[in-house]
Amino acid sequence: MANLTIRNLQKGFDGHQIIKGIDLDVKDREFVVFVGPSGCGKSTLLRLIAGLEDVTSGSIELDGREITQVTPAKRDLAMVFQTYALYPHMTVGKNLSFALDLAGTPKAEVEKKVAEAARILELGPLLERKPKQLSGGQRQRVAIGRAIVRNPKIFLFDEPLSNLDAALRVQTRLELSRLHKELEATMIYVTHDQVEAMTLADKVVVLNGGRVEQVGSPLELYHHPANLFVAGFLGTPKMGFLKGKVSRVDAAGCEVTLDAGTTISLPFTNAQQSVGDAVTLGIRPEHLELAKDGDCQLQVVADVSERLGSDTFCHVRTNSGEALTMRIRGDLASQYGETLNLYLDSAHCHLFDAQGQVIRKALQAAA
Amino acid sequence: MMTLKQSRRLQSVLLGSLSWVIAALIFFPIFWMVLTSFKTEIDAFATPPQFIFTPTLENYLHIQERSDYFHFAWNSILISFSATILCLLIAVPAAYSMAFFETKRTKGTLLWMLSTKMLPPVGVLMPIYLLAKTFGLLDSRIALIVIYTLINLPIVVWMIYTYFKDIPGEILEASRLDGATTRQEIFKVLIPICKGGLASTALLSLILCWNEAFWSLNLTSSNAAPLTALIASYSSPEGLFWAKLSAVSTLACAPILIFGWISQKQLVRGLSFGAVK
Repeated sequence: MANLTIRNLQKGFDGHQIIKGIDLDVKDREFVVFVGPSGCGKSTLLRLIAGLEDVTSGSIELDGREITQVTPAKRDLAMVFQTYALYPHMTVGKNLSFALDLAGTPKAEVEKKVAEAARILELGPLLERKPKQLSGGQRQRVAIGRAIVRNPKIFLFDEPLSNLDAALRVQTRLELSRLHKELEATMIYVTHDQVEAMTLADKVVVLNGGRVEQVGSPLELYHHPANLFVAGFLGTPKMGFLKGKVSRVDAAGCEVTLDAGTTISLPFTNAQQSVGDAVTLGIRPEHLELAKDGDCQLQVVADVSERLGSDTFCHVRTNSGEALTMRIRGDLASQYGETLNLYLDSAHCHLFDAQGQVIRKALQAAA
Repeated sequence: MMTLKQSRRLQSVLLGSLSWVIAALIFFPIFWMVLTSFKTEIDAFATPPQFIFTPTLENYLHIQERSDYFHFAWNSILISFSATILCLLIAVPAAYSMAFFETKRTKGTLLWMLSTKMLPPVGVLMPIYLLAKTFGLLDSRIALIVIYTLINLPIVVWMIYTYFKDIPGEILEASRLDGATTRQEIFKVLIPICKGGLASTALLSLILCWNEAFWSLNLTSSNAAPLTALIASYSSPEGLFWAKLSAVSTLACAPILIFGWISQKQLVRGLSFGAVK
């Protein structure tokens, strides 16, 4: 069992508040990813959980046991660092067995556990080598192995793939996912890479400025972002935003007049909404379509296109200067400077109020 | 026209020759000292200086007759090694806390420590002499061990601090998560990683202690006198006897030179540790 409960966790350095009151639950066997831009406090949060930083206020509990003031070694957690942090003077085998040796584990058991970790991570032939004789990917596997032998309640990963090249990153990502299932382990993973967050996580925690912006499954966050930040942070290319004002409100939804000139009816509203409110309409690149005859809602001018083979990303600009990205079939492309007529499918639009909070669909809000 | 290959070759030959010339210039006084130690006093004074002469061991025999070389050598060994060990025992924890638990005052403390090296030793001769006298430590090894430890401490702390600074903090954090206590962290992780740097620091401290003359001359006379005091004893009372002075100097330098020669590989590796890591 490994259930982690964090309540009102705060951390300040020299008067600067880095973590501003975080509540979070991590359930047994869950793969939780902390994601956010640089400086959002995700690594600090992980270090607070590991016990490498002192908590300013708040509490951390593991399976009902308060561990806020417990030393790192006694928390029953293992961490994989971004720089691997292998002991350079020890062989791979010694690196793996170090924690067990310190704990005074019987030699036979140490050997058994090291052999098991080496088998899982295919480190067998490397056990006698020193870390400097290993490639980046091999070092990463040793760092993971060092965590595995300790059989911790929770594995902590601090941007473990960011020092690997692109191909190896994809491969290691898959291995990590497989490892999570094989070991039935609870894992907390920090990354700034949203692809890692989307592909690995059972639960994504989006952090910004020391606060949790939203917690949920990857697809929940992708399809139902709670605010402008989450909407803009998840998804590549990112969601396009169009500013506008509410021009009519009724029970079924509202009508928004965009700065770009178009008026569009949307099935969204909430109790506070009134005519004249500033709003932002968001739409993902895959939901922008070229208009068929007569259903044009937005006229844009094509900027450059990026052709990836499977898809083409057309960067376009509205007459009010807002940039959007449209995802179309790979065999199509727009011409630079060409005028395009777009259709916005209101079912796929997101609407945010002036504070950046989402305005839920009328039906959803009622439910 | 010279080809690129030829010009590179010429450059390397020129650079090589220049290095040899500089090395010869630096080494010449030592060479001359050793050479003079095998001359008679008359040959040693001869002008122009003689390169070809009949070598003699009489100077060395004279020294062994007049003074007990091994007594002084033993003092040098005992004082240098004790001071170095004591210095490391204090400097390693100090550098550890400064490197890994830095506060606003760390840089200031380091600079202050180093600034004490700028004080002319003679400036504190009187108080230290009186202190040694009061505690009955004149002509005692303990006084020299304590003083050598203190005068080398700033440089030793600085050196170890820079080696520790090169170690990523994450390695120590990893060991903490692995269950290491502070002592295990220092002895099982930090020191083994920095052993090259620590060895070269220890070597430097040894050399500095071995060569120190000011305090040994002022605080010792016979019991605790190291080799530097032995050399000095040959310079004054009977006028200058160059050949004997050279012989005693050679005897005083030889142990540390040989020790340095054996450990030079370690020394170079330690000094360039940061660059090749």
